[in-house]
Amino acid sequence: MGASQARYQQEYHDLVDKSGFSLEQIKNLHYRFHQLSGNNETISKGNLDIIPALEDNPIKSQIIDAFFDKRNQRQNETGSCEEIGFEQFVMVMSHFRPPPSPMTDAEKEAVRSLKLRFLFNMHDTGSDGTITLEEYRKVVEELLSKSEHMEEEVTKDIADAAMLEVASTNVPHMGPDEFYEGITFEHFQQILKDLEIESRMHIRFLDVDTTTMHCGKFSS
Amino acid sequence: MSAPRPARRSLRVRLSGLLCALWILSAAASRDVALRSNDTTGNSTRGSREDVHQQNRHKTFPVLSFKYEHVRKPFEISIWILLALLMKLGFHIIPRLSSIVPESCLLIFVGLLIGGIIKAIGEEPSVLDSQLFFLYLLPPIILDAGYFLPIRPFTENLGTILVFAVVGTLWNAFFIGGTMYGVCRIEGAQLASVDLMSCLLFGSIISAVDPVAVLAVFEEIHINELLHILVFGESLLNDAVTVVLYHLFEEFSHADTVTVADALLGVVCFLVVALGGIMVGAIYGVLGAFTSRFTSHTRVIEPLFVFLYSYMAYLSAEVFHLSGIMSLIACGVIMRPYVEANVSHKSYTTIKYFLKMLSSVSETLIFIFLGVSTVAGPHAWNWTFVVFTIILCLVSRVLGVIGLTYVLNKFRIVKLTKKDQFIIAYGGLRGAIAFSLGYLLTDSRMKNMFVTAIITVIFFTVFVQGMTIRPLVDLLAVKKKKESKGSINEEIHTQFMDHLLTGIEDVCGHYGHHHWKDKLNRFNKAYVKRWLIAGERSTEPQLISFYNKMEMKQAMMLVESGSAAKLPALVSSVSMQNQGPGRRAIPSISKSREEEIRKILRANLQKTRQRLRSYNRHDLMMDRFEDNISEIRFRRQRVEMERRMSHYLTVPANRQETPPVRKVCFDSEHKVYTYDDDESLRGRTVQLHPRAPDAVALLREPSQRPDHRSRAEPRETEPDDQEEQDQMKLLRCFSDPGPDKEDEDGSFLSG
Repeated sequence: MGASQARYQQEYHDLVDKSGFSLEQIKNLHYRFHQLSGNNETISKGNLDIIPALEDNPIKSQIIDAFFDKRNQRQNETGSCEEIGFEQFVMVMSHFRPPPSPMTDAEKEAVRSLKLRFLFNMHDTGSDGTITLEEYRKVVEELLSKSEHMEEEVTKDIADAAMLEVASTNVPHMGPDEFYEGITFEHFQQILKDLEIESRMHIRFLDVDTTTMHCGKFSS
Repeated sequence: MSAPRPARRSLRVRLSGLLCALWILSAAASRDVALRSNDTTGNSTRGSREDVHQQNRHKTFPVLSFKYEHVRKPFEISIWILLALLMKLGFHIIPRLSSIVPESCLLIFVGLLIGGIIKAIGEEPSVLDSQLFFLYLLPPIILDAGYFLPIRPFTENLGTILVFAVVGTLWNAFFIGGTMYGVCRIEGAQLASVDLMSCLLFGSIISAVDPVAVLAVFEEIHINELLHILVFGESLLNDAVTVVLYHLFEEFSHADTVTVADALLGVVCFLVVALGGIMVGAIYGVLGAFTSRFTSHTRVIEPLFVFLYSYMAYLSAEVFHLSGIMSLIACGVIMRPYVEANVSHKSYTTIKYFLKMLSSVSETLIFIFLGVSTVAGPHAWNWTFVVFTIILCLVSRVLGVIGLTYVLNKFRIVKLTKKDQFIIAYGGLRGAIAFSLGYLLTDSRMKNMFVTAIITVIFFTVFVQGMTIRPLVDLLAVKKKKESKGSINEEIHTQFMDHLLTGIEDVCGHYGHHHWKDKLNRFNKAYVKRWLIAGERSTEPQLISFYNKMEMKQAMMLVESGSAAKLPALVSSVSMQNQGPGRRAIPSISKSREEEIRKILRANLQKTRQRLRSYNRHDLMMDRFEDNISEIRFRRQRVEMERRMSHYLTVPANRQETPPVRKVCFDSEHKVYTYDDDESLRGRTVQLHPRAPDAVALLREPSQRPDHRSRAEPRETEPDDQEEQDQMKLLRCFSDPGPDKEDEDGSFLSG
C-alpha cells in the first residue's frame, strides 16, 4: 500500500510539473479517471461515451475524439489512440486550465496559441494541417445537429460564409487563378484573435472533491 | 475654403444669440416650469368672466385673439424640451467642445445659466420635482439601459457586480454616515444638531453610484466592455440597496429606538425589495413577450407594447416600494430575445430608436434641471459638512473598491488590475437620483444642508471626474472597446466553446458554471421559446438567427451603398441568360427555370411600381426605402450577372476542373449578391456568395464535373417549392417575419 502510494506521489509530481495543475487537482482528476475507467488503468472511447450528461451535447463525438487525439499530447505525433492512460487524460485537461494571472503578453500569446491549437485539432479531422471546407461544414453541422428540422442548405451556407470570411480577412487579394484551400493555423489564429480565448476557454478545476457534493465553487 | 468659415462662424453666433433670446422668452413666459400646478384654474375663471362681461357689450368680432392659458402647460413643457434639445444640438456644432467637456457638464452649465437668467428677471426658477424625475424622466433611461444590456458580459461578471453593488454601497453608506456623524461632533462646526440617523440617512443617499451620470460619462469614453459593465451594472443594481437603506433610515430617524429586530427586518426588506422587483419585472417581461407573439397583424403598435409593459413594471414595483429600476431591467432583459424574434424589422428599429430618443431627451432634461435647481433651491452652506462629504465620498469609494477587489480577485479568473480598480473607483459618479432623494426628505432642518452637500458632490463628480476621466483613460492606456464586426467565425466558435466547455465539465464530473448555463439554454429552447415566439422561429437555433441577421445587415449595407449601374429592362437581362446554351462556360439554367425567374422578376417589378403610397397610419405600406431595395437589388443582380458572364467568358475551358471547393450556380433572383468591388471574381471558390436576406440559399453543390448545365437538371424540381418558400422568407426581412404562409400581397400591405 505504501509503495503504490509513493509511486502515485512520484507520478503526481511529474504531472504537476508537466501540466501545471496542483497536487489536489491531480488527485481529484485521478479519482474521476478511476470512476470513468471502472478502476482500470486506461479508458477507451466507450467509457466516455456512456457519460449521461454528454448525451445532449451536439459535439459529443468531437469532444471524445479530442481525448484520443495524439496531437493534443504535445509530443508532435499524429493519429489517434485506442485507449489513453491517466497522463494523457491530464494533458488533455490541461488545455482547459484557467490562465495564471497576471500574464505577460508573451505568456498570453503562448496560452492562446495552445488553446487555439486544441480547437484547431478538433476541427482538422484530416490531420493535414488545414481545415478544409468539408471539415468546416461538418463542424457547423455538428453544432446544429441537436436542433430540429435542420436544413442542410443553411449549414452549408453558414460554413461557406465563414470560410469566405476567413479568406477575405487573411488573403484579401486573391487572383482569379487561386482558390482558397483551407484554413491554416495562422489564419485560424488571426480570425479568432478578438475572442480572447485565453481568458474564456477554461473550466474551474476543483481543489476539493465535489463529485459527491454537487457544487463547484472553488477554483484553482 | 476660408470664405465659408467666417460665414459659418457668424451663423453660429447668430444661432447662439437666437437661442439665448428664446430662453429668456421662455423663462419669462413660464412661471413654474416643473409642472407644479398653479392658478391656471383661477385664471381661466377670470377669463371666462371677462368673456361673459364682454358679450354683454357688442364688440367687433375678434379676428385674432390671444388665449394662452389653456395651452400653457403643454406649451411650456414643449418649449423646455425643444430648447434643451437645441442646446444639445448647439454643443455638437461647436467643433471641439464636445471632445473636451462631456455633455453632462455642458448641460448642467446651461441649466445654471438658465437658472441665473430666470432669477435675474425676478421669476422663481423651479426645482427638479422629484415626482417628475422618478416617474417620467428616469424610466426611459433605465429602460434603454436594460433593454440593450449586453447579457453575456453581464452574466459572466454578475458576481462581481453584485458584490460591488450591495457590499460596496453598504460600505459607502455606513462609512460616510458614521464618519460624518463623527465630524458633526466636532465642536466648531455648528453641526451638533445632526444626529446619527440623519447622518446615516445622508450617507445612504450620497453613497449610490448613479446610472444616469455613469451612462452619460462612460458612453463618451468608449471604455472596454468589462469595465463598462462593472461600473454600469453596479449603478443599476445598487438601486435596491439605496431604496432599502433610504426607507429604513428615514423610518428610523422618526422612531426613537432602533432594535436589532429592526436591523434584521432591514435585511429581509432588502431581499424582498430586490427579488420582488426582479419578479415583477419578469412577470411583465413574460407578458410582453407573450403579447408580441400575436402582433403579426398589427405591426404598427408593436413598439408600444414594449414600452408600456416595461413602464407598468416600473410603476407596479414602485407601488409596493420595491426596486423599480431592477424591475425595469428585469423586464427589458427578459422581454428582449423573444420580442426581437417576433417583431418585424421595422418595429425593432422603432423600438431601438425610440428608446434612444426618449433616454436622450430625459438625460438632457435631467442635467439642465439639475443646473436650474442649483440656482433655485434654498441652500445652507456649511463648509465643514460639504468639504468632508466630498473627501469622504472619494475616500470611501477608493477604499471600498480596493478592499472588494482584493477579495474578488481570489474568485475571479480574469483578475482586476490596478488600472481597472482605478477606473472603477473613479467612475463612481453621483447624479440626479441622489439629488431627488435628498429633495424628498421631509425634515427641513437638515434638508437644505444635505441638499447643498449633495449638489456639491454631484457637481464635483460630474465636472471634475467627468472631465478628467477621458484624459486619464488615455493616459493610463486603458483598453478601449473594440468594434465588433459580427464575425460569423466568432459566433460559431463562441457556441462551439460553450458546448466544448460544458462537455469537458461533464467529463470532469462536476456541475459548473457551463453546465447550468447549458441547462438553462436547453430549458429555454424546449419550453419557453415555444410559448413566447411565434411561428417557426421558435425552433430556430441561435447560430442560424445570427447568420440571418448578419446576412440582412449586409444586404442593407449593400443597398445603402448601391451600385451605380442603371437598371436595364428586365426582359433583356433575363434574355442575356438565354444565350447560355450557346456559350461555352456560362452557368446556364434550364429553360423552365428561366421562365419562372422571369415571371417572378416581372411580377415583383410590377408590384413595386404599382404600390400606393399611403399615408394612412393604419396600414403602413412599404415605403420608399423598400422600393429602393428592390430596385437596387435588381440592379445588383444585373451587374453580377454581367460580371459573371464576362468572367466565365474569359476563363479558358480547361480550368473547369478545380477541386470541389465550391462552384456557383445561378440562383433565384431573391438573392443579393455580394462581392467586393475589385474586379475579378476571386477564384471560383468561396466567392460569389449569395447573401440571402433570410432566405434559404439555393446554392447547389458542385460535383467535380465541369459541366454546369447538366448539373442544373436534377435540381430542377427543388427550386420550385424552394422559391415559394424563399419569397415568403424574403419578405420577412423587409416587412414582417410573420407566420410562414403569408400572402404576398398581404405582406406588402401590412406594416
